[in-house]
Amino acid sequence: MKLNLKIWRQPGPNAKGRMVNYQIDGVESDMSFLEMLDLLNENLIAKGEEPVAFDHDCREGICGMCSLFINGEAHGPDRLTTTCQLHMRKFKDGDTIVIEPWRANAFPVIKDLVVDRSALDRIQQAGGYISVNTSGRPVDANTIPIPKKNADMAFDAATCIGCGACVATCKNASAMLFVSAKVAQYALLPQGRIEAAKRVQDMVAAMDAEGFGSCTNTGACEVQCPKGISLTNIAILNKEFLLAQSK
Amino acid sequence: MSTINIKEGTPLKAKIPEGDLAKKWTTYKDKIRLVSPANKRKLDIIVVGTGLAGASAAASLAELGYNVKAFAFQDSPRRAHSIAAQGGINASKNYQNDGDSDWRLFYDTIKGGDYRGREANTYRLAEVSGNIIDQAVMQGVPFARDYGGLLDNRSFGGVLVSRTFYAKGQTGQQLLLGAYSALNRQIARGKVEMYNRHEMIDLVVINGHARGIIARNLVTGEIERHSAHAVVLASGGYSNAYFLSTNAMGSNATAAWRAHRKGAYFANPAFVQIHPTCIPRSSEHQSKLTLMSESLRNDGRIWVPKKLEDAKALREGRLKPTDIPEEDRDYYLERRYPAFGNLVPRDVASRAAKERCDAGFGVNKTGEAVFLDFATAIERYGKEQAHLKGIKNPSKKLITELGEKVIEQKYGNLFQMYEKITDDNPYKTPMMIYPANHYTMGGLWVDYDLQSNLPGLFVIGEANFSDHGANRLGASALMQGLADGYFVLPYTIGDYLADYIREGKVPTDTPEFDEAEAKVKEEIDFFINNNGKHSVDYFHKKLGKIMWDKVGLSRNAEGLQKAIKEIQELRTQFWKDVRVPGRADELNPELEKAGYVADFLELGELLALDALNRNESCGGHFREEYQTEDGEALRDDKNYAYVAAWEYPAKPYERYTKHVNMSDAILHKEPLIFEFVKPTTRSYK
Amino acid sequence: MTILKTSVAKKVAMAISGLFLVLFLLLHLAINMSLIYPGKETFEASVEFMATNPFIQIMQPILALGFIFHIAMGIYLEWQNRGKRSIKYVKNKANVSSSWASRNMIWTGLFVLFFLAVHLYNYFIPFKTQANPDHYALVTGLFKDPVYTLLYIIAFVLLGIHLSHGFQSAFQSLGTPREKCHKFLVCCGNIFAFVVAIGFSAIAVYFYFN
Repeated sequence: MKLNLKIWRQPGPNAKGRMVNYQIDGVESDMSFLEMLDLLNENLIAKGEEPVAFDHDCREGICGMCSLFINGEAHGPDRLTTTCQLHMRKFKDGDTIVIEPWRANAFPVIKDLVVDRSALDRIQQAGGYISVNTSGRPVDANTIPIPKKNADMAFDAATCIGCGACVATCKNASAMLFVSAKVAQYALLPQGRIEAAKRVQDMVAAMDAEGFGSCTNTGACEVQCPKGISLTNIAILNKEFLLAQSK
Repeated sequence: MSTINIKEGTPLKAKIPEGDLAKKWTTYKDKIRLVSPANKRKLDIIVVGTGLAGASAAASLAELGYNVKAFAFQDSPRRAHSIAAQGGINASKNYQNDGDSDWRLFYDTIKGGDYRGREANTYRLAEVSGNIIDQAVMQGVPFARDYGGLLDNRSFGGVLVSRTFYAKGQTGQQLLLGAYSALNRQIARGKVEMYNRHEMIDLVVINGHARGIIARNLVTGEIERHSAHAVVLASGGYSNAYFLSTNAMGSNATAAWRAHRKGAYFANPAFVQIHPTCIPRSSEHQSKLTLMSESLRNDGRIWVPKKLEDAKALREGRLKPTDIPEEDRDYYLERRYPAFGNLVPRDVASRAAKERCDAGFGVNKTGEAVFLDFATAIERYGKEQAHLKGIKNPSKKLITELGEKVIEQKYGNLFQMYEKITDDNPYKTPMMIYPANHYTMGGLWVDYDLQSNLPGLFVIGEANFSDHGANRLGASALMQGLADGYFVLPYTIGDYLADYIREGKVPTDTPEFDEAEAKVKEEIDFFINNNGKHSVDYFHKKLGKIMWDKVGLSRNAEGLQKAIKEIQELRTQFWKDVRVPGRADELNPELEKAGYVADFLELGELLALDALNRNESCGGHFREEYQTEDGEALRDDKNYAYVAAWEYPAKPYERYTKHVNMSDAILHKEPLIFEFVKPTTRSYK
Repeated sequence: MTILKTSVAKKVAMAISGLFLVLFLLLHLAINMSLIYPGKETFEASVEFMATNPFIQIMQPILALGFIFHIAMGIYLEWQNRGKRSIKYVKNKANVSSSWASRNMIWTGLFVLFFLAVHLYNYFIPFKTQANPDHYALVTGLFKDPVYTLLYIIAFVLLGIHLSHGFQSAFQSLGTPREKCHKFLVCCGNIFAFVVAIGFSAIAVYFYFN
């Protein structure tokens, strides 16, 4: 199929960017969205133009490296799908596809469609861990039984891939879903309770300091999250935050 | 017999401690030198790669008090490819009371590796496996649990006990995020300096010791010097030498290969693992392959058409698989291996699929796919369910419905993933599968301390030649990465560093750093200014094809010799014709890839050379000349019970000015001595 | 104000003030309903009660503060959040993943604020300043003005929309266990929003035609 692409091109972090139109032919329906961009880049290189820079790595939907705001939606029109797992059969011959980078002041553009998401790492560094050293004689893993329900909920929260789609899609560019997933995971486990109050306060403060917006409960993040991270986690964060104030 | 002349160097010693197998590690730990906390603060360590091995090592070393600099080419340490591991992690906890023990885990691993691994390392791996689970649980890794709140286990291929811990199909992700959280804690403490979007492009060797790296800041293109008292490589495997693999797009061998150029030996490169149940390529534009759990082979029957014209019609879309009557189907695994049928080991299943496709029976448009059919299982389960429900004379439709439900319960998520990628409904039409590379057992040679032949260079995880011998068992990769990083390296590295507590900071303004920086810049400039005819991917794809066709699932001397020649020619063409757009001082993915492919083009040849040298079949290495009558691998313990560690045959920076002949690589042998187990033939009858 | 330093604290404060205003709305609606049934006497009695009851007198400034806080904080948060994405998307299908109400709380809120100003000017000020106001006449009289009535109806429909998101959102902000309560709260919120919008509007329509 033949497609019209409108892609954000920006040579560098401080350069001015703009939308550029490209025509691409020979796109097959079995291609993934990123393979379509590979093809575009092959064509561009052959013509002596600069290929489009975009982030990607595992291409199986788990590393969280790929991003892209495709036709007005984070990771494109498919639900529970990362861009690398989006396939071109979702588009029709002659379609126009608008491709933009994640937009948030906390995610500055590095080049073209590549943004800097290190703010998410810094939030994790503020408290997204349980303070245990590697131990030469650790406590046996089965010493602490954990109710299956809690373990399952903690797992569901922990499946966040840190792609930043929640920020990209939120009207406030809030990272609340991302932060809450980590806060909730540990809050649900006995190991994590010890530092629960400090963790939620530190991580929320870090989120604010990084320049993310605040959560207004629109719920867009949950819909666009490729891993289906639930708003339940945000409720848990809010509860933990309130509990922390009383300590 | 191959007619190559291999230059042999001095044999290698692995520094394995004396004594009883089960006591070696304890004895070793008791005797090594320690570094006092005050002195640890004076010592710097560089860790390259932040997957399971790298992140766990960086965090553990920082906790001990060393100053750590960690490097990742991704934008965050959390994205390393360990994250994609699905199945689980082995540990000899014996929680299930089914007779598991360190010895059994050790034995399964050494046997699964077709007796090409080192006994002492493998035993140590088994010994610390339990600690990994304890550590991970303390970090808040949400493993699967049963209703009593205790950890759940499942069983995995090739063993008789349930020792695999898992977190749904995302065990690698959860373990990596656990290590990442430990790493984050140390970054917050200032004990780890994290360098994201940085690629190690050279190793700096001073007086024969690894003392630093040259890294490229991938965002600004800046070339940076980083010094340390020891360098730890945890940079993963080299499956992407085959272009198509289940590895991430960015997975590369550059850090390991540049260390190899600087003198570190590369061991057993021919030992690569090819997984039989991957989703096949759909077109020439395919960029990577996706693995599906091999548990599918429990219920799926593998077949291709009996008639060539049917296969042709399938490829052209004129025929549907369901149109082909039972008598025209060739269930080739059941035909060739009546005892094991569809459950033959990974390597056998993979080779058989390739054989059929090479003979023209491939069933998708690229001709590289076979069917994995669930119709029989659906019918069987359907009838069973109908019987259970007391339905007499159920209709065919009802049987199918009931059967599909059972299949959905067992494999629902896999079927869904398959449908997403291929747009085929595997309940209604058979799945298509094809083998793909996904793990490399070979890597940089290390001794018992995980130290390479270059003092001060430690190699952990998939990047080293590892504890898996010639074949890795399922759920063991995660175990090895974390064992190395959490529980082995933090001890062994201290023994080395104890000598350098008085050295002070390693300066970066030395001639060795000057030379390394100048030379890597020269190579980068070469790429940018070469203005050739073809993109990097053009060469990578060509290399991948040579590797897959001639150095892939099954190899023979003639093909390997051809491959070596073709790779050499391709490499010459690459240096002449490669085109890298953009500039050196910016984010330039094409430039990054150019470096990777330049390295793969050398590694590929060495891989073929190693395969040619090893005149036997073992594990993932199958030489057609060396097989039993019924196609089993034929090992030669008399002549090949050794680790083949190769020395780079040229000066480090000659490759783009002068033709480097990898076939001149020098072979150093480390004899494998089996004191505690007796190598036997792996048999599946 | 250090307690309101973080974004989460601010949103909790928005939730508490919002729920407080919800209570006020309920009371207000009940009193207004008495215009129609039981009728004038009950309404007058209620007004009398509101004007003299000491508890209500204490609550009045608190209510005013609640209003001011909710409005000021809402505007502040919106202004702050708008600054978090300087470059907007060329194409953004926001309606795919969130409701119009949730994204436009500021506009529905601001319109209600505008109406509140009109309301204070038309009703509350005369009520406070006149010696012996006839509340019943004052209220019903205003509804004879079609422009005022229309404005009134629009304001309450928008308030209903505001509440349809705000009600359940407030509980989410307070951390109620979502898996257990969410559906119920959404349902309550929608019923409440509907009752407020239709209830107030119906009174306006009734007096416009009678």
